[in-house]
Amino acid sequence: MPAVSKGDGMRGLAVFISDIRNCKSKEAEIKRINKELANIRSKFKGDKALDGYSKKKYVCKLLFIFLLGHDIDFGHMEAVNLLSSNKYTEKQIGYLFISVLVNSNSDLIRLINNGIKNDLASRNPTFMNLALHCIANVGSREMAEAFASEIPRVLVARDTMDSVKQSAALCLLRLNRTSPDLVPMGEWTARVVHLLNDQHLGVVTAATSLITTLAQKNPDDFKTSVSLAVARLSRIVTSASIDLQDYTYYFVAAPWLSVKLLRLLQCYPPPEDAALRSRLTECLETILNKAQEPPKSKKVQHSNAKNAVLFEAIALIIHHDSEPTLLVRACNQLGQFLQHRETNLRYLALESMCTLASSEFSHEAVKTHMETVINALKTERDVSVRQRAVDLLYAMCDRSNAKQIVAEMLSYLETADYSIREEIVLKVAILAEKYAVDYTWYVDTILNLIRIAGDYVSEEVWYRVIQIVINRDDVQGYAAKTVFEALQAPACHENLVKVGGYILGEFGNLIAGDSRSSPLVQFNLLHSKFHLCSVPTRALLLSAYIKFINLFPEVKATIQDVLRSDSQLRNADVELQQRAVEYLRLSCIASTDILATVLEEMPPFPERESSILAKLKKKKGPGKLPDMDDSRRSVNGSTDSTHSFTDVLNLNSAPSSGANLLIDVFSESSAPPAATDVSEENFPRFVCKNNGVIYENQLLQIGLKSEYRQNLGRMYVFYGNKTSTQFLSFSSSVSSSDLNVHSKAVDPVIEGGAQMQQILNIECVSDFSDAPVLNIQFRYGGALQNIAVKLPVMLNKFFQPTEMMSQDFFQRWKQLGAPQQEVQKIFKAKHPMDTEVAKAKVKRHKSLCRDSVSQRLCELLSEQF
Amino acid sequence: MPHLFIFLSCFLQIRFILIQNRAGKTRLAKWYMQFDDDEKQKLIEEVHAVVTVRDAKHTNFVEFRNFKIIYRRYAGLYFCICVDVTDNNLAYLEGIHNFVEVLNEYFHNVCELDLVFNFYKVYTVVDEMFLAGEIRETSQTKVLKQLLMLQSLE
Repeated sequence: MPAVSKGDGMRGLAVFISDIRNCKSKEAEIKRINKELANIRSKFKGDKALDGYSKKKYVCKLLFIFLLGHDIDFGHMEAVNLLSSNKYTEKQIGYLFISVLVNSNSDLIRLINNGIKNDLASRNPTFMNLALHCIANVGSREMAEAFASEIPRVLVARDTMDSVKQSAALCLLRLNRTSPDLVPMGEWTARVVHLLNDQHLGVVTAATSLITTLAQKNPDDFKTSVSLAVARLSRIVTSASIDLQDYTYYFVAAPWLSVKLLRLLQCYPPPEDAALRSRLTECLETILNKAQEPPKSKKVQHSNAKNAVLFEAIALIIHHDSEPTLLVRACNQLGQFLQHRETNLRYLALESMCTLASSEFSHEAVKTHMETVINALKTERDVSVRQRAVDLLYAMCDRSNAKQIVAEMLSYLETADYSIREEIVLKVAILAEKYAVDYTWYVDTILNLIRIAGDYVSEEVWYRVIQIVINRDDVQGYAAKTVFEALQAPACHENLVKVGGYILGEFGNLIAGDSRSSPLVQFNLLHSKFHLCSVPTRALLLSAYIKFINLFPEVKATIQDVLRSDSQLRNADVELQQRAVEYLRLSCIASTDILATVLEEMPPFPERESSILAKLKKKKGPGKLPDMDDSRRSVNGSTDSTHSFTDVLNLNSAPSSGANLLIDVFSESSAPPAATDVSEENFPRFVCKNNGVIYENQLLQIGLKSEYRQNLGRMYVFYGNKTSTQFLSFSSSVSSSDLNVHSKAVDPVIEGGAQMQQILNIECVSDFSDAPVLNIQFRYGGALQNIAVKLPVMLNKFFQPTEMMSQDFFQRWKQLGAPQQEVQKIFKAKHPMDTEVAKAKVKRHKSLCRDSVSQRLCELLSEQF
Repeated sequence: MPHLFIFLSCFLQIRFILIQNRAGKTRLAKWYMQFDDDEKQKLIEEVHAVVTVRDAKHTNFVEFRNFKIIYRRYAGLYFCICVDVTDNNLAYLEGIHNFVEVLNEYFHNVCELDLVFNFYKVYTVVDEMFLAGEIRETSQTKVLKQLLMLQSLE
């Protein structure tokens, strides 16, 4: 029988809980609960004022009922009343109810805040803690408004008890997360940092968490915490176990505090001060040394606690990325863990080594473990461990081991868990492209991917192989031959048919000389798969067929017969029917010259970034992808180090086979772009520049060239007709709520392939926030097109610089110190930033700056990295 | 001098703590992040589904949505802490164990029923050791001393 303590009995509650547990059915339970609810309701409404004990008991029962999963719509008032009791047990239940059943009734909120206020001012540490815990648990805006300024005071006051300080620190942390604007840290910063020196390690623990969070937003303000943290950490790791009795856990000194201190240090770069830096290095070495010592206990708690500190120390070493000896030692330690009998440790070692792989100091050391990792891939029984092994292989891959790693990953793919196949496919595709010296290997790898895991080969992957084959003359023949052979397999994946159809359609002529792959053989091979394929693939095959007609006149009749068949001409699918009809007609009426022109070989794709990497990042989520080295190979094979991963190929602009061709030749088929959405895709790019392409789709390109002087602006809008057919009834207008925009009328016709210019005169009469919208309409083929584009006319375009000396500038800047004059907006970047790249960019920019102010700003910025 | 603020991603630490039995009944749910009641229910079910299929050959860590769960089974109960992906797995694994040892001491060989009948006290224990999504106190001695003191109050 569970012990019911003497302090608060609440027998009634225990009986009620027993009753519920004894209910044989859900209905019985509900019946019992309803009975109790009715009882409590009547007690609460009753004439007799309830005593504290009863109130507490009933509120507790209500809480229990809620936690069972039933809605409670009363009791809040009574719970709030409990706050004003002077008995701990009653207050505790009241606070608990409020924290669990948060209510947004403003009267209640006022009363709750009142109760909290009284408890905070009570000087009773138990009550103060109850109040602080409530604020920390609820963390509402109203509470922040009421108490955010009071709590720092409690935290640093000399007579505050240790346990209250602990709670105050974390309470402040919560408020800072939910309502950062209401927490005035400024004057408290130094005192909060000083808490790291407190003699109560619980206070230090809480303070470290608080400082870590605050330091992430304002690292400069909390810079002084670094030396204190190092000193503290040093004292802990070198302490004899007798020193930290209360905080020694299975013979490990203050493991959680150590981990937190190491985390705090990860908010900062390696210390500049040499003495401090060496003290920290000593600390880290001590931690690494301890890992090698014989364990003080056989218990897993001991090794987990010790290794928790070790892994965090390694994380710091990796973060600093500045001490080669430490990095190599870390790598070796992790290498040992790779073969530990505990799965947890093998998992963590694989994970940690992944980050080590991207450091230039330890990359080679990591590679030495390749065989072990490959073995892990084959033998680990927990799929998440195998996944870490895959990640690590990917991270350690470079030119020297790419072929082997890709081969291992392909072999693993054959039996891999379905849930991780797509990720492995993407990774293999990226590696194959990145490290291909010989593109035949690349083509083989992708075809293997399709063969092994065709379902998981996404469009980005096979589009990419097509792009690469199109762009590289030297691999076209090989691709045609290989794809031809692969298609011979009795059951091949539809993605292979797509790739094969496309490549043979373009380059089938390169293997047509051999009788085993003559045009007719190729056609029959493709057509044998036709009926097994889905509509989009069949559409692609039809395009391949018309290309064959162009390439191989000898099979023209055969193909025409196929196109002519009822199953094509009367196909239920509109696209297929259309293609069959139109290709057939084309083949009949077009002369060989015209046909050759229409079905000319695909031109090389322009240099673009691979969308495969973008897809992988999206899959993995933030923070999980190891950094690959920056230079990316473009489609044309040259190393292109200026592209960042953020410019990715928009999937919609990847050409599907022949679709562009169709638009050019046949007039009715284009799908009109979305009529009602205002495009603002490229809008942000124009904040700092005035010229460029603001909008583009398959039919139309709109470019801008603008100039501004004082409050006037002139914008030249260039409309480019990307098709070979006229745009008719062309009209454009600008709508603006705040600016005066005058536009000269435009010609209603834009010839195919031609560009037309329109001048817009813009006048800014007062400050504004909405940008003007350009509305365009025209007829293409038979269809009416409607496009709306946000024009990049922003307030900053009308700004004018003022010259002044740098002292004057900084003087004025400092004057803007009042709270309403300062605004800081903190937002998450859409794309992860590679600090090295950013640092380099800033350094480059600095060398371009003429004035000392900009140079100094660049310096400051690069220091932050 | 003007300061330039570089904002590193700010991660919440603990998202929630759950104690569930094998059948899926929740014995404790402590949330450190805002969730609707529906979302909470869904999370509880998902967590249960994810941890109960694992056995000794698996690690004590599971990727879960954008987070991860560190868990350990004690007899018929699963203790799960949901933390951020960059958090220290072993630190939280032992954080759980530390918490369980305190419960064990406080309830004198704790069993599931203790957590049911004294559910309101379990919250007190939790709040002593974890607060605002962070570890608050790790000394078992200190925590137990405090709990016993609170126990004696009216």
